[in-house]
Order: sequence, then C-alpha cells, then structure tokens
Amino acid sequence: MTALADREFSGYRRENGRVGIRNHVVILPLDDLSNAACEKVANNIDGCLALPHHYGRLQFGADLDLHFRTLIGTGKNPNVAACIVIGIEPGWTKRVVDGIAATGKPVAGFAIEGNGEIKAVADASRKAQEYSQWASELQRQPCKVSDLWVSTKCGESDTTSGLASCPTVGNLIDKVDPLGATTCFGETSELTGAEQVCAARAVNEDIGKKFLKTWQAYMDEVIEPHKTSDLSESQPTKGNIAGGLTTIEEKAFGNLQKIGKKTSFIDVLEPAEEPSAGAGLYFMDTSSAAAECVTLQAAAGFVVHLFPTGQGNIIGNPIEPVIKLTANPKTAREMPEHIDLDCSGILAGTMTLDQAGDALIDIMIRTCNGRLTAAESLKHREFVMTKLYRSA
Amino acid sequence: MSGPDFLVHDAADSVGVVVVEGVSEGATLTGLVMETGAEIKMTALAAIPLGHKIALQDFDGGETVLKYGHDIGKIIAAAKAGDHIHVHNMKTKRW
Repeated sequence: MTALADREFSGYRRENGRVGIRNHVVILPLDDLSNAACEKVANNIDGCLALPHHYGRLQFGADLDLHFRTLIGTGKNPNVAACIVIGIEPGWTKRVVDGIAATGKPVAGFAIEGNGEIKAVADASRKAQEYSQWASELQRQPCKVSDLWVSTKCGESDTTSGLASCPTVGNLIDKVDPLGATTCFGETSELTGAEQVCAARAVNEDIGKKFLKTWQAYMDEVIEPHKTSDLSESQPTKGNIAGGLTTIEEKAFGNLQKIGKKTSFIDVLEPAEEPSAGAGLYFMDTSSAAAECVTLQAAAGFVVHLFPTGQGNIIGNPIEPVIKLTANPKTAREMPEHIDLDCSGILAGTMTLDQAGDALIDIMIRTCNGRLTAAESLKHREFVMTKLYRSA
Repeated sequence: MSGPDFLVHDAADSVGVVVVEGVSEGATLTGLVMETGAEIKMTALAAIPLGHKIALQDFDGGETVLKYGHDIGKIIAAAKAGDHIHVHNMKTKRW
C-alpha cells in the first residue's frame, strides 16, 4: 500500500498554487438585494452556482470587515475556478472583486444601480458563460496530502461523538499533520469546560494565551451580555441531550477529541481569516452553529471538511464538500443517506480507532478525487454569513 | 465475542457510556475502560438508552462527575452505582 505521504489525488491547481477539489463558477451576491440577479444568472448558464445570503447592507466596523472577508474568501477558495460578483452598487462590488482578483483567478463584477437588474443579469450571464466554458476545460492534476487544507467541526453530537467519531477525525489529523497538511478546528463556545486543556495543546505559551483570550472574549462579549438564566437548552442542544450529553463541559471534551492526541495548534485565526503561518493545525474563532462555522472555514480557504455527528446533523456547504461520519449505530441505520463513513464498529469492538482513521483518510481522498459526499448528492448548500451585531 | 455494553474513557471516571441499544432495568452489563483495557461489571438500575451515562459509583449529591478524567459537572440528586446519570441528576458548573 502506498504510504500516505506519497498518496496522490487529482485536484485543480489554481493560479496562486493552491489546490482545489471542486471546480465551481460562483455567482456571488454582494448583498441581499442582489440574490435574485445571481440566481437568474446561475439559472441561465450551466455550471454556475449562486450563493444567496441575507446581509451586506448598512453593516459597519468589525461586522462589515467580516462580511467582506467572508465574501472575498469564498471567492478566493481554490474550489472556485472563477467568480462573478453582483452588487446593488459598484463601489463595494469592486472591493470584493479586487479581493478575489489577488488569487489571479478570473473574476468580474456587475452593479445593478444605473443598469437595472435585467441588463445586469444579461451582462453577467455573458461573462458567466465565458467562465463556465473556460472552467469546463480545466484538468485535474496529481496532488499530495500536503496540498490539502482540511477543516473540521462536529454537530448534533452525542456521547458517541466523543467516544469514537471525533477521535476518528483526531486520528486523521495526527496522521496528516506530520505530512504538511493545513488543518483547522473552531467552535469557541463549545470548548467551554475544556478551555484549559485546549490551551495546553497550543504549540507554545503565547499561542495558548491567544486562544484563552479569544475564548474569554466570546464569553464576555457574546455569552454573558445575552444569556438569560443559563444556556442549558442551547449548549448542549436538545439533540445533544437526547443523545446522552448532559453538560457543556462533557460536550467540550468530546469536541476536543477532533484534534487528536499529538497535534499542537500553531495559531489562532479570526473568523474567516486565511492561515498565514504555514502548514499545521489552526484554531479559528467561530460560532458552534454548523453552517456558520463551515462557511467561515471555507472562506479561510479550506477545501474539504470532516464532520462527525452523533444524532445526525445533515449540513453541507456549497463550495467545501462536507464528509459526514457517525459512530452512533442508530443514526447510521436510520439516516444512511447522510452518512459517508459509519465508524460505529469502534463501539462494537469490531473496528480500531486506527482503522477508522485510515477509512476516513480513504473517503477523504476519494472525495478529493471527485466523489460526491452524501451532503453534496442531497444538494445541501448551507451558506450562512456570521453577523457580529445589528446593522446601522 | 460480543463487544462491551458500556465504555469508560479514563480509569478515574465516575461514569461510563452505554454503547448498546435496549439496556433495561436489572440488566447485567460489561464495561471496558478504554485507557487501561480493564473490564468491569455493573447492574443497570434503570433503562439506559444508547449513549447515555451509567453511574460507576454511589453519589450523595454535590460531587464532581469525572469523564475523560476531567470535571464535566456536578451531581444534583443522589444516585447509586448503576443508575442513569443525565439532566435529572446532574448539571453543568458553567451556566
């Protein structure tokens, strides 16, 4: 068997050297008003994917910065071959176009004001056709595990997540980290109770302190001012509780199994921030809501996602394929159309953690080669922008 | 050989997790301590669903519950070894 370091998959090497595993032409709305135009363009031209969302008007400060970072990062993601941006007005539209253009990939912007939607859609459709036909001729090339950017987040967790499906992801992380893969975990609030143990997994004391500062800020700025009596019905969720998880601390220790036993995280990222410290494991400050978290990780440039679930979260993402695994035999049996890897054998004693990690690597490589994930085949395309506070 | 009925993460843990379906009151259960490979026997004092916790010791109330070798909350109602441990007798210390 080929050693993992030499194992190849077929990916799309982009203008900036990054490797994608999908070849989307994205039609990206700057704002909520431009969703309809983007959907019309995607309807006109085959091979195009519109990403409607709810925001982009009257945002300001850090919230506006995050909006731009998420949109630009989504366009920059190597799973995107080319991008068309449509906005209500040209100024902010150009800002997103210029951000994406830094990758060297084809990108063009169209504004609705001064043209009307019908003309904007016609102009954008002509460009989309050009991009779609161009992208259709791009060829996959041999790539290595070191070319991969892999993110992870778990959802509708139960105790089987902490026992087996999260440790399976951890086993994969421990195997790909020494090979130079770039990996990412997040879920700031869901590390509550395990925050000191997590901080100890930082590569050095400074990064550990940076993590704790980020975690504390989430507690002080998000949880404390807004919580009512307690969060016992949100963290853990009703689904978590049905699955046997009783407290946030219990959930947090299960969650943390995703980063394995050996790997240290080398930096702490802002939401949707692209890693800049080289290969290795990163922590990103994110919500623990699945679609928000994966959208931020995709916007940071991650191309394939590993998603352990206990009770059966069914999330997908439009540009970053989400691979779902479960160790809960009931979930694997009742919801098979959502599950890419059943690792319940770990609980039954018929599969070792090491075998499960290898099986996950296998399905990840197959997904990178083009295999549709369960979520992709079901057209799950949850694209959810994180909003930090109300608009002006 | 059949697999374990419940798993325990760490030798210090005061609860285990039922990993089979259909555990009823009075059932004799075999547990595996994942850290050490040790086998332990318990009698279930209640029906415990897959994924739910079983007490490995008696609790009077107020004790810290250990899982993964770490503090995952506190006991708020007395429970015997073999009881179902969940939101009715355990709570977070955080919020």
